[in-house]
Amino acid sequence: MSTITDPEQGGFRISMLLYDTRYRSITIQIIALIGFLLALGWLIGNAAQNLAALGKPLNFSFLGDTSGYDINQRLVEYNSQMTHGRAAIVGLLNTLLVAVLGCITATVIGVLIGVMRLSKNWIISKLMTIYIETFRNVPVLLWIIMTMAIFIEFFPQPKEFRGDAATASMKLFDSVAITNRGILIPALAYGPGIVLVLLTFVASLIGIVFFRRYAKKLQEQTGKILPSGLISFGIFFVPTLLVFFAATMVNLNKEHVIFGSKVLTMNADNTISADSVVRFCDTGGAGNVNAKNLMRANGIKFKSIASNDLADSLSRISSGDTRTGCDIATVPAGTAVPEGLLVSEGVSVYSGRPVELEKPYLSGFNFTDGALMRNSLIALWFALSLYTAAFIAETVRSGIQAVSKGQTEAAAALGLRPGRITSLVVLPQALRVIIPPMISQYMNLTKNSSLAIAVGYMDITGTLGGVTLNQTGREMESLMILMAIYLTISLTISTVMNVYNERVKLRER
Amino acid sequence: MTDVSYVRTEMLEEKAPPVSQAGIIKWLRDNMFSNIPNSILSIAALWAIYYVLSDVLPWTFKSSWNANSLDECRSAIAATYGEGTDGACWSVIHDRFLQLVFGFYPKALYWRPIVAFLLMFVAIAPVLFDGLPKKMLRFTMIYPFLAFWLLWGGSLWFPLMIIAGFVLGYLAYGVVSKMASSLVGMIAAVLVPIIWWLFLSGDVATMLQSIMPLSIEAVSSSNFGGFMLSITIGVIGIALSLPIGIVLALGRQSDLMIVKVICVGFIEFIRGVPLITLLFVASTLLNYFMPPGTNFDLILRVIIMVTLFASAYMAEVIRGGLAALPKGQYEGADSLGLDFWQSTRLIIMPQALKISIPNIVSSFIGLFKDTTLVSIIGLLDPIGLSTNIRANQEWNGVIWELYGFIALVFWLFCFSMSRYSMYLERKLQTGH
Repeated sequence: MSTITDPEQGGFRISMLLYDTRYRSITIQIIALIGFLLALGWLIGNAAQNLAALGKPLNFSFLGDTSGYDINQRLVEYNSQMTHGRAAIVGLLNTLLVAVLGCITATVIGVLIGVMRLSKNWIISKLMTIYIETFRNVPVLLWIIMTMAIFIEFFPQPKEFRGDAATASMKLFDSVAITNRGILIPALAYGPGIVLVLLTFVASLIGIVFFRRYAKKLQEQTGKILPSGLISFGIFFVPTLLVFFAATMVNLNKEHVIFGSKVLTMNADNTISADSVVRFCDTGGAGNVNAKNLMRANGIKFKSIASNDLADSLSRISSGDTRTGCDIATVPAGTAVPEGLLVSEGVSVYSGRPVELEKPYLSGFNFTDGALMRNSLIALWFALSLYTAAFIAETVRSGIQAVSKGQTEAAAALGLRPGRITSLVVLPQALRVIIPPMISQYMNLTKNSSLAIAVGYMDITGTLGGVTLNQTGREMESLMILMAIYLTISLTISTVMNVYNERVKLRER
Repeated sequence: MTDVSYVRTEMLEEKAPPVSQAGIIKWLRDNMFSNIPNSILSIAALWAIYYVLSDVLPWTFKSSWNANSLDECRSAIAATYGEGTDGACWSVIHDRFLQLVFGFYPKALYWRPIVAFLLMFVAIAPVLFDGLPKKMLRFTMIYPFLAFWLLWGGSLWFPLMIIAGFVLGYLAYGVVSKMASSLVGMIAAVLVPIIWWLFLSGDVATMLQSIMPLSIEAVSSSNFGGFMLSITIGVIGIALSLPIGIVLALGRQSDLMIVKVICVGFIEFIRGVPLITLLFVASTLLNYFMPPGTNFDLILRVIIMVTLFASAYMAEVIRGGLAALPKGQYEGADSLGLDFWQSTRLIIMPQALKISIPNIVSSFIGLFKDTTLVSIIGLLDPIGLSTNIRANQEWNGVIWELYGFIALVFWLFCFSMSRYSMYLERKLQTGH
């Protein structure tokens, strides 16, 4: 007969902390933690002592102080009277702007080049190899600086567009001007009905989602395949365009009063009797664009007042005019006012389509109207896109090559057409390989966008980590916020990636 | 019987293939003009190549190599190739070559960085090539201190004292782990060198220096510049990040929760922020974290931050290597009765590091390119120098020659390294 005895249950001895594997890991961890905390405490203690000695203990209130510097590229309203915190937000939006633009173009270029590198055409594949090796092996900072230099050196100054003997001209039906200060593109001005158009567009996007679900369900139930690409395409464009044209027709009959006051004294022949200064203050939008075009066509000079012109804004506010974006026209005596524009209470014009393009217009030595994409933004955007595209191209190439040939052949043997083989067999497998490194390239691009500081583009590093840091002397606080922001962006992107990875992971049973 | 035969007895002469099926024409048809879209693409590509080269080549070769200023260079080009010729002023490279390479390092001492650079190849050779004797690894271990001494000069005792710290740590481990346990030994191996470096080494070095002066002329960090600076920062960053990266990678793989959290936190933090913010920390903030009164120069601070940056990436590279090892290796090591450090040192790490070499080279390429960022905080790396040179009256207005030259040098370095790492990858691929 045998009895089973438990191993001897000795009491706990101090030496077991070192020799017993059950306790040793805890000992190691506690020692590591103590060491880590000691080091951390030492660093923080030093920092606190040093900052106290300099008389600037940790304090974030500087974010509420007046910044006193201007930012020429901004997505939200900002001027030098606003706070450092606001400047940081403007910078953050600029970072996100260039990151999003860069990711889109880098993907497009990268995919194209990656596919072309696998082309059977010898010269194309060699050219693409040269592209990839050139861009990958030169520092991105050098690319950014060189792109900026190309802008400054090769593109014409705005004044070269002037006069009859202009050495430069605008592109694309006089709507785009490429100058050394940046590229001027038409700005969007909204008229009545824009809300309806946008709502329709959103509704059709939702409609596409539902249609695709329905099509899939139909295929699973009956095997019938709808031409879903074509129908989606139709839903995408047709309703929005219909609403757009309908709104345009309605607007045709809606006159829009632009000249706000009875300032024009008219002669019998519809010319102005004395030099007049008129102000046409409008809430902006498509009607304003049409008014400007009409006045230019009739030779009436006017000048726009930038809304961040402080003195003027103040004087306008004191005169009871709180609207911004006023234009002042100096109408000389004898100017003919176009027929049909004139009413006794003011001048009215066609209120415009729901969206009008406000083209850049050369007045004097510079362009007005339109939207200026600064050379710094474009240089950064281009350089980052081209550089990252080289890496994305390699990712795409390896992803496509990772799908074994047997897959394509098996799909062909099943009788799938080449298009279906690509979309149903090759792409889903290739994407699983491509997407994770692609996301980390997006992260790299976002982080590299901090090099904006080299070309003077005011991103978050340029505002918070640059001017604000230097002006306030709050290095610790500024850099803490700066790093926290970048960290948040990175972690957000990587969370999205993890979720995606989880979704496309091969389900093993 | 007649000798009429209906069977051919001799072979016909082999005919040459049709013109379109042989030689260069077949190759062109197969590879460039196989169908209409391909032909259009090929012609477009050829035209693009011609368009670029017809601009760039004359500019490159209708150039002047010997001139002391931009005006002199332009007139020299005009005199040789006719008025209005747009040619490259390579003379700026000729004029400032030494500066672009060495920065403001004293001319008489150029041999020191050159020797350090050449010895670097001796030091990394045994790591990269299997055939060499393993004893050369000892030189590899001494090399960082030797290179430091050669570049910065000063007393030899200072780097020797740092080596002494490592030796002391090793000895402490040996003695204490015999007396107590290997865990206590590890702690002693960390504590003893730190105490030595912080409190004793400075005095001992001064004393030894007074007894036996062994020093060469010291060069201040502010004289460092050009490609020498880039290479110095890049190589030191990678070399120092390797041990830190190994520790971090082991920590991240470890079962110890607290250690793992600390390592993961550090790695993800560093990888989540751009290098430029870390360089800002180096230029404005790092001194705050040191005891009051400490002040060390900018290049050293930059090297510290670059090392931290590189070690987070290195940790991920090595983690990749560790993950790629078959599980049998870990189990085999355990079954031999080796403890954690023994199996890591003898079985796991040698293999994991070998697998990781191509990726280590890639991350070196990345770091080497990133060293150009130091120009933003005012160090005179090639890009910082180019701004300097262009601000100079003689060369005000030179752009493409300088950028082109810098780009070319970076390209040559990075391209050759990436080719080498691809070669290694193929060599290490023993699977199929």
